[in-house]
Amino acid sequence: MTSYGADLLVILPELIVVGAACLLLVLEPLTPPSRKELLAWLSLGALALCIGLTGGQISVLNLRVSAFSDLVVVDGYARFWKLLLYGVTGLTILMSLPYLKAERLQLGEYYGFILLALSGMMVMVSGADLLTIYLGTELMSLSLYVMAGLKRSSPRSLEASAKYFVLGAFSSGLLLYGISLLYGVAGGTKLGAVAAAIGSRGFDDPLLLIATILLAAGFGFKLAVVPFHMWTPDVYQGAPTSVTAFMAVASKAASFAAFLRVFVEGLGGLKADWSNLFLLLCLVTLILGNLVAIVQTNIKRMLAYSSIAHAGYALIGLVAAGRGMGESGGASGLASVMLYLALYAFMTLGAFAVIGMFRKGGLEGEDIEDFAGLAKRQPLAAFLMLVFMVSLAGIPPTAGFIGKFYVFMAAVEAGLAWLAVVALIFAAISAYYYMRVVMVMYMREPDPSAGEVPQLVASPALTVVLACAVAGVILFGLFPNPLVSLALQSVLPLK
Amino acid sequence: MEQLFFFYFAAVIAVASVLVVALRNPIYSALSLLIMFFHVAGLYVSLRAEFLAAVQVIVYAGAILVLYLFVVMLLNLKQDDRYHRQWPVAGVVGLTLAVEAVMLTLLKGRAIPPAPANTNETVEGLGNTEALGDALYSTYLFPFEVASLILLVAMIGAIILAKKDIGGSEA
Amino acid sequence: MSGIELLLEYLTKYFPILLFIFVALAFGVVTLLISYLVQPKYPEPEKLSAYECGSEPFSDARMPFPVRYYIFAMLFVIFDIEVIFLYPWAVVFNDINKVSIIGLVEMLVFIALFLVAYVYAWRKGALEWD
Repeated sequence: MTSYGADLLVILPELIVVGAACLLLVLEPLTPPSRKELLAWLSLGALALCIGLTGGQISVLNLRVSAFSDLVVVDGYARFWKLLLYGVTGLTILMSLPYLKAERLQLGEYYGFILLALSGMMVMVSGADLLTIYLGTELMSLSLYVMAGLKRSSPRSLEASAKYFVLGAFSSGLLLYGISLLYGVAGGTKLGAVAAAIGSRGFDDPLLLIATILLAAGFGFKLAVVPFHMWTPDVYQGAPTSVTAFMAVASKAASFAAFLRVFVEGLGGLKADWSNLFLLLCLVTLILGNLVAIVQTNIKRMLAYSSIAHAGYALIGLVAAGRGMGESGGASGLASVMLYLALYAFMTLGAFAVIGMFRKGGLEGEDIEDFAGLAKRQPLAAFLMLVFMVSLAGIPPTAGFIGKFYVFMAAVEAGLAWLAVVALIFAAISAYYYMRVVMVMYMREPDPSAGEVPQLVASPALTVVLACAVAGVILFGLFPNPLVSLALQSVLPLK
Repeated sequence: MEQLFFFYFAAVIAVASVLVVALRNPIYSALSLLIMFFHVAGLYVSLRAEFLAAVQVIVYAGAILVLYLFVVMLLNLKQDDRYHRQWPVAGVVGLTLAVEAVMLTLLKGRAIPPAPANTNETVEGLGNTEALGDALYSTYLFPFEVASLILLVAMIGAIILAKKDIGGSEA
Repeated sequence: MSGIELLLEYLTKYFPILLFIFVALAFGVVTLLISYLVQPKYPEPEKLSAYECGSEPFSDARMPFPVRYYIFAMLFVIFDIEVIFLYPWAVVFNDINKVSIIGLVEMLVFIALFLVAYVYAWRKGALEWD
C-alpha cells in the first residue's frame, strides 16, 4: 500500500470543504432560525482556509501531484480553477446572506449544499480519470438541482428544479454512455490511458467517434451550449437569484474545466476532429444566444441567454486551441478560455447581486422595465449595473473586453480570422440588449401608475460583493497582465 | 451460445424499453420496466458480473420500481395524460441516429479493440464480489467516497424538497 | 470460455437459486390453479360485486397516496444502496493483507457520512410520520 497520508494531504482542500459541509448539516437543526447566518460564516471560514492552502502553492504552481492511484491530480490547471471557484463560492455566500433574508429562506442547508457543490466541482477540476470526473459532475449537479428548488413557495422555482433535474439526469446518461464506450475502445478510464490508446491506434474506430460525440453532448448540457441549452432560461429564471449566479458562474467554470481536461488530456489526439465539431456548436451558440437575448423582457432570462452566448465565446478559444499550429498556438487558445471564464465570473456575479437585491415590496424586480429611472433614484446602483453591462458587452476598458480580446486573438493566431469577425459582429449585436438595460436606467422614467418603485436594498455583505465585482471588472480591465500570465502558466499541455 | 443469450436479453430490453414509453397505462409501463430490469440483470450474469446482477435485482427491480409505483399512485395518473403526440418526432430522430450509427460502423469498419487493461486474472480466480470489493476498497477508494457524498446529497435533498414543514414557514 | 461451459458452470454454482426460483414460481401457479379447480362456482350479481365492509364501493381503489410514503420509500432506497456497498467490503475484509486498516478507515468515513445524513433526517423529523 502506498502512503495514504500523502494522498490525503493532496486533497486536503476537498476534505476541509466536505468536513465543513457535514458540520453544517449536523449543526443546522440545532441552530435557531435567527442565527443561521453563523453557518454562512462557518462556510466562509472553511473557504478562507482553502484559499490559503491552494494559494500558498502558487509559487510551485505547476508542480503536478497525483493521488489515489492517479485518479486525482493537482496541477497548475487544477489550482487555477480551484482558486477561481473558491472566490466565486465565497462571493455567492456573501451575496446569499441578504438575499435569503429578504426571501425568508433561512435555510442552513443552503450553505451545506453550496459547499457540497463546490466539493463536486473541485473533484471535477482535479479528476484525472473519467470516473472521478463523472462522479464530481454528479455531485455538483445533484446539489444544484436541490438548490434550484429551494424557494418552495414559488412554483417557478420547483419547476426549474424539476426541469433541471430531468434534463440534467438525461445529459449525465449521455456522458456516462460516452465514457463507457470510450472505456470499451481504450481499455481504461484514466485520461492518460485513453490518450495512449488513441495515440497508438489513431482515429479509425467509429465507436471512438460516437463516444466523442456523446461526451461533447453530455458536457454541452452542463455548459449550456446550443443545441443543449433548452433548460437554461427556465432554470435561471426560476431558481433563487443567488443560486442562478452560482450556476451561471461556478458550475459553468467547473464544467469548462473538466471539459477542457477531458478533451485536451484524454482526447487530445483527435483535436482535428473535435475542433470541427466545436466550431459548429460555437457558431450556433453565438447566433442563437445573442439573437434570442434581444427579445427578452425578464432580466434573469436575458442573462440566461447571455450566459449561453458567453459559453459560445469561450468555445472559440477551444476551437482555436484545436486548430492551433505547434505548441504555443494550443496554449494561448486554452489560456484564453481560462481567462475568459475568470473574467466572466466577476461581471456576472456583480449583475446577479444587483438583481437579487433589487426589490419591490417583498419581491424581486425582475423585469427590465423595473430598472426605469434607477439612475435618478440610486445613481450608484445604476452606475454599478452600467459597469457590469458594459463589461458583459465587451466594451473597453472593462474586463469583458480583455476576455474577448484574448479569445479573438487566439482565433486569429489559429488562422480563424473569419470566426473572430463573426464573433465580433455578434458582440456588437449583444451590445444592443445590454445597453437597453442601461438606457432604461438612465433615459426612462418609471411608470407613475405602477405604484411602488423597486429599490436596491443595501447591506454590508452586498456592498462587499459589489465592491469585489466592480474592482475585478475594472482592475482586470486595466491591468490584465497578472491574470493573463497566471492563465498562461497554468494551462494544460496540448500535444 | 453466449451470443444467443446476449441477443435474447438485448432484444427483450429494447422491446420492454419501448413499451415503457408506449403503453398507455402507467402501471403497465412500470411493469414492463420491471421486465427490462430483470433482463439487464441477465445481461450482467452473462458478463460474469453476478454481484451487479444481484444488485440490479435488489435495488432496481426491488426498490426503485416501488418508488416508481409510488409516484404513479401519488399522482393518480389517468391513462390519457401522457405524451403520445411526439411519436413522429421521436421516430424520425431515433431512426436517423440508428442509421447514422450503422452507417458509421459499416463504412469505417470495426477495428479489433485492445483487451481492456482492467480484466486481470483476479476476476477469474476470486469470484465477482471479491474482485469488486478488492478494486473498490483499494484502487477506487476515492470515487467510492465521492459516491457516498452523492448519496448524502440525495438524501438531504429528498428530505428538504419533500418534507412539508422545513424552512420558509419559520421566518 | 464458451457459452455452454459458462452455462454449465452457472448451473453447478447457482443450482439452489434456480431451484428456489422454480419453487417460488410453482407455488404461485399451483395455488392459484388448485383454488380455481376446487372452488364452487355459482355466480350471482350480488356475489360478483366487490365486497367492501358490506357496503357498495363508492370510489376507485386507486387513490392518490399521501406524499409521506414517498419520502420513506426514497429514504429506504438510499439506505438500501448504502448497505449494498457494505457487502463487497465485508467479503474482502478478511483478506487483511489487501485491505487492512485503510479499508476499515475508508468504511468508517463512509458510515460517518451516512451518519451525518441520518442525524440530519432524525433531527429534522423526516423519520416521523407527521
